Amino acid sequence: MEIAVISGKGGTGKSSISAAFATLNTEVILADCDVDAANLYLLFNPSSEEEEIYTAGHKAVIDYSKCTSCQICSDYCRFDAISVQNDKVIISELSCDGCFLCSRVCPENAIEMVPNNKSRMYSGSFRNGKMVYGRLAPGEENSGKLVNMVRSRAKSVSEETGIEIIILDGPPGIGCPVISTITGVDKVVIVTEPTISGLHDMQRALEIVKKFAIIPSVIINKADLNTSMTDQIKKWCEESGVKVNGELPFDAKVVEAMISGESIIEHDPDLAISKGILKIWNKVFYQDNFQ
Amino acid sequence: MNQPVSDMIKIAVASGKGGTGKTFISTNIFYTLLRYNYSTILVDCDAEAPNAVAFFETKETSKNEVTQHVPVINTEICTFCGKCHEYCNYNAIFILPPMKIINVIEDLCHDCGACSVACKVGAITEKPVSLGQVTTYSLKGVPSIIEARINVGVMSPVPVIKAAIKQIDNQSDIAILDSPPGTSCPFVQTAAASDYVVLVTEPTPFGLSDLKQSVETLRTIKKPFGVIINRAGLGNDRVFEYLTREKIPLLLEIPFNKEIAVLYSNGKLISESNEIFSQQLFSVYKNITDNHGNSSNQRQRGNR
Repeated sequence: MEIAVISGKGGTGKSSISAAFATLNTEVILADCDVDAANLYLLFNPSSEEEEIYTAGHKAVIDYSKCTSCQICSDYCRFDAISVQNDKVIISELSCDGCFLCSRVCPENAIEMVPNNKSRMYSGSFRNGKMVYGRLAPGEENSGKLVNMVRSRAKSVSEETGIEIIILDGPPGIGCPVISTITGVDKVVIVTEPTISGLHDMQRALEIVKKFAIIPSVIINKADLNTSMTDQIKKWCEESGVKVNGELPFDAKVVEAMISGESIIEHDPDLAISKGILKIWNKVFYQDNFQ
Repeated sequence: MNQPVSDMIKIAVASGKGGTGKTFISTNIFYTLLRYNYSTILVDCDAEAPNAVAFFETKETSKNEVTQHVPVINTEICTFCGKCHEYCNYNAIFILPPMKIINVIEDLCHDCGACSVACKVGAITEKPVSLGQVTTYSLKGVPSIIEARINVGVMSPVPVIKAAIKQIDNQSDIAILDSPPGTSCPFVQTAAASDYVVLVTEPTPFGLSDLKQSVETLRTIKKPFGVIINRAGLGNDRVFEYLTREKIPLLLEIPFNKEIAVLYSNGKLISESNEIFSQQLFSVYKNITDNHGNSSNQRQRGNR
């Protein structure tokens, strides 16, 4: 069973809550799908048993010994990546989308497509099961393909080990990597916070979840920081038929736990927030979330 | 007289980790600069989750649809040769020649035009599809905020972000760009279009780890940057040690304060009621311009 934790807005507590879910009782497979800013390995220090190269597209590179500056490539490029300065054709690495078209139209065969292969996927063990995580090299295109790779590895680890629960810690936003994180999962939990931005971004996240046959549920984190905004979120959810699975209080101990390399559950299971997380997990886990 | 192109300064406010306070900082710097009568525009580049407009009383002045082209294949002309499928590097063309089936998967198309070049029989035309909108809002009658917003379900925010940045077009002296989170393509596009990047972080292990990745990226693309530490006092000193070690300028430290958090959560601007905070943000701006100038960097710099 795959359970995805997403939020729309960043910093609402996705990773902290995923980490708590991953350390409750039963062994789990924890998959960090926030490949752009993977963090969970900092808490769990997993062993690295397998490493795989992820090729994040290609970049066009000119061989100047062949280039005649005919500029045909720049006529065809739709990404404004090719410019001509003092009769020299220059490809901007930042703008190049890796579509290969310039290399195909070049009459001199002067353009080579070089793979971006600095990104990695790792899998290993942590203290409560197995862990899979991706690390996208800085500046590379986050296309969601690395997320797919992380998820398919997590699934095969699940088959090999018999560990059934896979927790997916999702990226922020609503773009491709988020879509890759929630496509075909069993449950989606949306973590929000009582701020204007938290409400807006939760609504955007719900819109994207609606495109799939999954009924999401919402957690309002740091709910006591603004109780009237929390009420507003609850009211909106009720009116829109979205289930709120619980509220969690703001607790500076979450940061303390992070610093000591623990989930909040490991740090202190008796805190109100820890008990709240356990309650929410039981609701999420035993609820029938399918439409 | 029109300002020369190079006189505008673009400052991106960014962070690897989400929720560190990018929008909090960019909306308040923007508001502060307006109060000091600087001609300033705010560009919300977080096209997946744009929020900046919610902090102001605005009026929509224009809305431009951002589109991309996707191929349309005329199956009566198509010979099912497979060349377009071969040219498409994004797997957006699905073809089964024996069954005479060919489909375009529009969500995967990047609008590179390779399939149109590949097709030798003229079976491919292109049609526009919407990716999102770039909307301009005015504050007290002056166009002041540009918002990039992708449609729900669109894969990449980059084309809409680029369109929003293009729309800045020197209509003010200063542009504050509220960047999307992360360290990948959308962030790089925003940072690359700016003269200076303010990285906002929080003093926690997650914040530090993501900050390091952002720094690595900015160093690769050679952008000057400095750091604002938000919610100081919550975590530990590691991030301060890191900044010292790496000789990265610390632009400002904002202590964790529940009152600030509550005001912000209600959509209020702290710089509206808190003069000290407003002055601090203004000093951040002065510090950036005094030490870095703008993209041309040719002007006489003050106080040096």
